Amino acid sequence: MSDAAAGTVETEESIPRPKETWRRLIQGDLASLRVVIGLALIWAIFQFENDRFLSAQNLTNLMLQIAATGLISVGVVYVLLLGEIDLSVGAVSGLAAAVMAVLNVQHGWNPYLAIAAAVAVGMAIGVLQGSLFSRFVVPSFVVTLAGLLAWQGALLQVLGSTGSINITDPKITGLANTFYSDTVGWVIAAVVVAGYGAVLFLGHRRRVAAGLDRESLTGMVVRFGLVATVTIVATTIFNSDRGTPLAVLILLGFVVGMEFVVKRTGFGRHVFAVGGNAEAARRAGIRVNGIRIAVFGIAGTMAAIGGIMAASRLLAVNQNSGGNELLLLAIAGPVIAGTSLFGGRGSVWTALMGALVIGSISNGMDLLALSSAVKFMVTGGVLLLAVLVDAVARNQRSASGRV
Amino acid sequence: MSTGTPLLELEGVSKRFGPVQALDRVDFAVHAGEVVGLVGDNGAGKSTMVKTIAGIHAADEGTIRFDGEQVSISKPQDATTLGIATVYQDLALCDNLDVVANLFLGSEEVSPGLGTFSRQLDEASMEHQTAELLSNLAVTIPSLRSEVGTLSGGQRQQVAVARSLLGEPKVVLLDEPTAALGVAQTAQVLNLIRRLRERELGVVVISHNLVDVFEVADRIFVLRLGRPAGDFSAEATTEEHVVSAITGIGSEGDKQNGVEQELRAENAESGEGER
Repeated sequence: MSDAAAGTVETEESIPRPKETWRRLIQGDLASLRVVIGLALIWAIFQFENDRFLSAQNLTNLMLQIAATGLISVGVVYVLLLGEIDLSVGAVSGLAAAVMAVLNVQHGWNPYLAIAAAVAVGMAIGVLQGSLFSRFVVPSFVVTLAGLLAWQGALLQVLGSTGSINITDPKITGLANTFYSDTVGWVIAAVVVAGYGAVLFLGHRRRVAAGLDRESLTGMVVRFGLVATVTIVATTIFNSDRGTPLAVLILLGFVVGMEFVVKRTGFGRHVFAVGGNAEAARRAGIRVNGIRIAVFGIAGTMAAIGGIMAASRLLAVNQNSGGNELLLLAIAGPVIAGTSLFGGRGSVWTALMGALVIGSISNGMDLLALSSAVKFMVTGGVLLLAVLVDAVARNQRSASGRV
Repeated sequence: MSTGTPLLELEGVSKRFGPVQALDRVDFAVHAGEVVGLVGDNGAGKSTMVKTIAGIHAADEGTIRFDGEQVSISKPQDATTLGIATVYQDLALCDNLDVVANLFLGSEEVSPGLGTFSRQLDEASMEHQTAELLSNLAVTIPSLRSEVGTLSGGQRQQVAVARSLLGEPKVVLLDEPTAALGVAQTAQVLNLIRRLRERELGVVVISHNLVDVFEVADRIFVLRLGRPAGDFSAEATTEEHVVSAITGIGSEGDKQNGVEQELRAENAESGEGER
């Protein structure tokens, strides 16, 4: 590689040599492939143990189960990219859901206004925590740990003496319980595939116009084929059960949108820069504290959205909302799927993939009627394994960085 | 060499930190197309001088002229606006970003859009410009999309220098650009410095390594205890003269030899250290 002439642009996917591919697999460049293989393995095992696992009904249930966690994880990915952590996302999701429920059910607010208020609460909390963390240079761990306790208290306060509020408004319950008809499902699938094709084509044309055709046509065709196949298979599965769920579309929309922001915009580039080397970012004129506050604001916002989704699925908000293992799973997911805990590496897709892995394990073990004890231990083991792989990848990178 | 108006000129610049007189009435100049080696012992004021020019410390006294006009540099932005770029020893690169992203960090090009979150980075244009700049400088990087963390020390240094050129500066300050580099990589960086001279830039190179300084500099400016202690033409002087200016000990006698050996030992040390 080192003998390439100055200024030449090498194709990233140019003729992958086996050794090179292996190195990238280990070092995390291909972390996404790693997690896909892991997921396939998990699915194969559960399908072998219980043939209902890969049924249309169970897969649809699985997607509904992961929607809330996945949405929270989207925000967590941003925080992880900074190399920080937000322990309050679970509590914030519960509090936001409670705010929505109280406003809608007890005060008779319009459901959309109630949802907007809940999202605003999440965003405000995130911005507050981000400001405290960046202004006073307190570890984010401590600030958000304090938040975890405080917002849990606030949840109890907001819920009042009843301790539980049932949600009946169809606009809110519809978020997690709407399924589209076969026709609508196929139209959505067609739009997704066509949209992806258009993005690929336009990007290719722009690179050609700039004289930088660094991506092979085969690579593009393969990627397009993959996305089209996954979309068609998923739609087929959904349609043979209840139809394409709105919750899945919401999750996908946020994943794609937030991935665009983090990978394609200046803001996202600055998030990566601050996570990689905050001092370098500061010297380059990036407002590091502004980025930090915005990222924690995003985490709070996504936590609120996840909380609303969870409440919609549960049809209620109670004292346990946003509690239990939700926080830990929302953080573990992206890490399992390859977002580094050390900052500066990862993608929003890991929120979805990680939630799928954890959700599959949990769902599969439920089908096998295994106890919570086993479930927790297995999930913990998977997380540990993923973190170890991340650490090994990091060490390898720093070792090869001295070539 | 030193004809015409200097690009950058310091006159009687002083800087105190409490009781410490870091810079004491320093006169200094660098012309377009000239490489000046700035040498001196530890604590001689080299870094303070560079930081004063770069706007990190404002000077207490004295005047700074840029292109013949008196200017005030009180913050880094002032220096950047004038066209003074600084490459610090610790590089300030993001290891997790690729070469293109690092080059444009903080000044990314974006396509038009509705808001911060929808304006797309113009990767194609940035990559194009990066390729052009690096090939003009004959900088060899395996791939513009490789992460900076995977590059060698010499390549990283070259990326850092190339990055400072994006703002089209007239003066470039390099802080220890060859520290901790191997022989071949040092040669690459020195070549890059020569190419900066060909581009008619004024280049100031801080270095502990006199061999490197003699290799690349037109002029060697010595600081000792915050005072100018010598301004030599690199061709007309010898290492011995420069060393005696650095140490402030006359070129006669055993004492001086001892110090010189000590200094050489230090040079060797800094040349071999890890990145």
